[in-house]
Amino acid sequence: MLETALKGRQGYWGLLIFLLALMGVGFVSYLYQFSEGLRITGMSRDVSWGFYIGQLTYFVGIAAGGVMVVLPCYLHDYKAFGRITILGEFLAVASVVMCGLFVIVDLGNLPRMLNIMIYPNPTSILFWDMIVLNVYMLLNIIIGWNVLSAERKGVHYQKWVKVLIYISIPWAFSIHTVTAFLYAGIPGRHYWLTAIMAARFLSSAFASGPALLILLCLIVRKVSNFDPGKEQIRTLGGIVAYAFILNMFFLLLELFTAFYSQIPGHMHSFDYLFGLEGHGSVLAPWMWASIGFAVVALVLLIVPATRRREDTLAVGCAAVIASTWIDKGFGLVIGGFIPNPFGRVFEYWPTTPEVLISVGVWATGFFILTVLYKIVISVKEEVGA
Amino acid sequence: MGLDRREFLKVAGLAGLLGLGGKAAIDMFAPGELEASMETIPLTEGKRWAMVIDVHKIDETIIKKCVEACHREHNVPDLASKKEEIKWIWKEDYEHSFPERHHEYVGEDVEHGSFLLLCNHCSNPPCCRVCPTKATWQREDGIVMMDQHRCIGCRFCMAACPFGARSFNWGDPRRVLEDEKLKELNPGYPTNQDYPTRSKGVVEKCTFCAERLAKGQLPACVEAANTVKKDALVFGDLDEPDSNVRAVLRNHYTIRRKPELGTNPNVFYIV
Ligand code: SF4
Ligand code: SF4
Ligand code: SF4
Repeated sequence: MLETALKGRQGYWGLLIFLLALMGVGFVSYLYQFSEGLRITGMSRDVSWGFYIGQLTYFVGIAAGGVMVVLPCYLHDYKAFGRITILGEFLAVASVVMCGLFVIVDLGNLPRMLNIMIYPNPTSILFWDMIVLNVYMLLNIIIGWNVLSAERKGVHYQKWVKVLIYISIPWAFSIHTVTAFLYAGIPGRHYWLTAIMAARFLSSAFASGPALLILLCLIVRKVSNFDPGKEQIRTLGGIVAYAFILNMFFLLLELFTAFYSQIPGHMHSFDYLFGLEGHGSVLAPWMWASIGFAVVALVLLIVPATRRREDTLAVGCAAVIASTWIDKGFGLVIGGFIPNPFGRVFEYWPTTPEVLISVGVWATGFFILTVLYKIVISVKEEVGA
Repeated sequence: MGLDRREFLKVAGLAGLLGLGGKAAIDMFAPGELEASMETIPLTEGKRWAMVIDVHKIDETIIKKCVEACHREHNVPDLASKKEEIKWIWKEDYEHSFPERHHEYVGEDVEHGSFLLLCNHCSNPPCCRVCPTKATWQREDGIVMMDQHRCIGCRFCMAACPFGARSFNWGDPRRVLEDEKLKELNPGYPTNQDYPTRSKGVVEKCTFCAERLAKGQLPACVEAANTVKKDALVFGDLDEPDSNVRAVLRNHYTIRRKPELGTNPNVFYIV
């Protein structure tokens, strides 16, 4: 099957070369970081995690979001999704690869990375996060590959694959729950110390993952003879709508608890993130933009007419992605560190090399995604799906 | 004396056990008393090192001395950057040492008083709980240690510490030796040849001077403070009912930073 990735039109190769170039830029920037240390990033003693860990968190969500096509298909026997589960699974694979890379570029001492395995600490959530993410990636590779090969040969996939599929469904929930536990169990970081964190993570994952999938489906339809399907996209649109409403509802719950209780620790990070405290905040315009995107998304997704039209749905999905990306990829991590343990505001903003390294990681993820989707498309075109 | 005699003998005895020359140290400070007292003092007893800082006794001079003593002892460089700052012990005002206790009518002396902050060597340390490699861990005697040779630089411990006690080597600290400006700021770096310098990408923090305790010496900051004012900083074993720290805690009202978080800090402040 792999050979199908090697035959493609000009556009396909063009995209791959473009992504490779970006990967190269990212890699060179990383070499610079590797020799100079993380001082070339915007992180500091006070804001000791930044853009990298934020992106890790966001893409765990995208990976988990893929389950929103698998679950209806296998647990509710919603057959229409059978056509696109593979797209969800391969999106998950590419996302987990990005997560792994974002952890790697964030480490201060990469050569010692295996210490996590040599001296494992079972009370460390990072240790568990690494395990669940890797297993999830493996599950998706094995499932996706076997189901697709079977489809190509015109046979039904084997029974044991089905077992793995059933395991992969709760596993998707676990990866984002464990990732939320990285934050939600830390004393003294009030913005993170909330029991609803995992629920917020899952709702935003189940909105942003399928939203990205819708956009990818539309692209796939444009560039190939494989049509993921009108009904499939419409159903996904409904899922995005519900999940995103839930996501915003959860945010309102947080705001209520913080501002009705008036407990300073609970309000401070929100005050800072949204620039409510008088002194300006570099993040405030972004956080407000996130809210703006959310409003646009809510309108386009709730009004049936705009949700059912594919062009307005696409805009809605892009707004969901933008809103959750800012909220989770940026605000969440940084908001936890500001104000610092002494009640002081010390700000953070990513540097150019930091952004370039991140671009390199995204490019790697999209490179893998492009190749995997190319294989899917070739097989689907071959069998005339 | 910062550390009472019995306490001191225990430390020194432990050092002796470890073959680290504690005997010599004891002979110097308490000649002739070594053999007898060591027999009767169990060295393996559960211990819990703690520090009491008397805010009424410390002033700018003492604070400066303490910070300098620690940072010279442990080769902590001044990197002339707030962003990359590395500090094991430092001065802080009341409002930011105890942000949740602060109010606008607090008395002048407290408001303008200076505090010394350092790692609390918490009895229930979240930093150790989250470390994926056990590069930071709690010893039997309660000291929260760092292994800079195992640390992978994930900085999870920094996120988990509610006291801002940890610093990260964002760059190579040894560049101090090459950079002209930094060289001027850090004359003689590394100031203590017997203590290792760190590499880039690892976390560091106060170790309660574990290496000095092993030799029967008081922590460098305690020693420095006490050369100026007796009992400004008191160091001892909380687990020992008759210890110096227990006596001080019995006789004074003390507070700890953020006790509500349940980390159980072992640094106390007399206010
Ligand atoms: S003060 Fe911070 S670094 Fe020190 S033991 Fe407590 S949690 Fe760990
Ligand atoms: S930075 Fe080092 S000490 Fe801190 S949690 Fe990571 S491995 Fe452990
Ligand atoms: S106990 Fe030792 S390491 Fe800790 S602050 Fe004092 S001198 Fe520094």
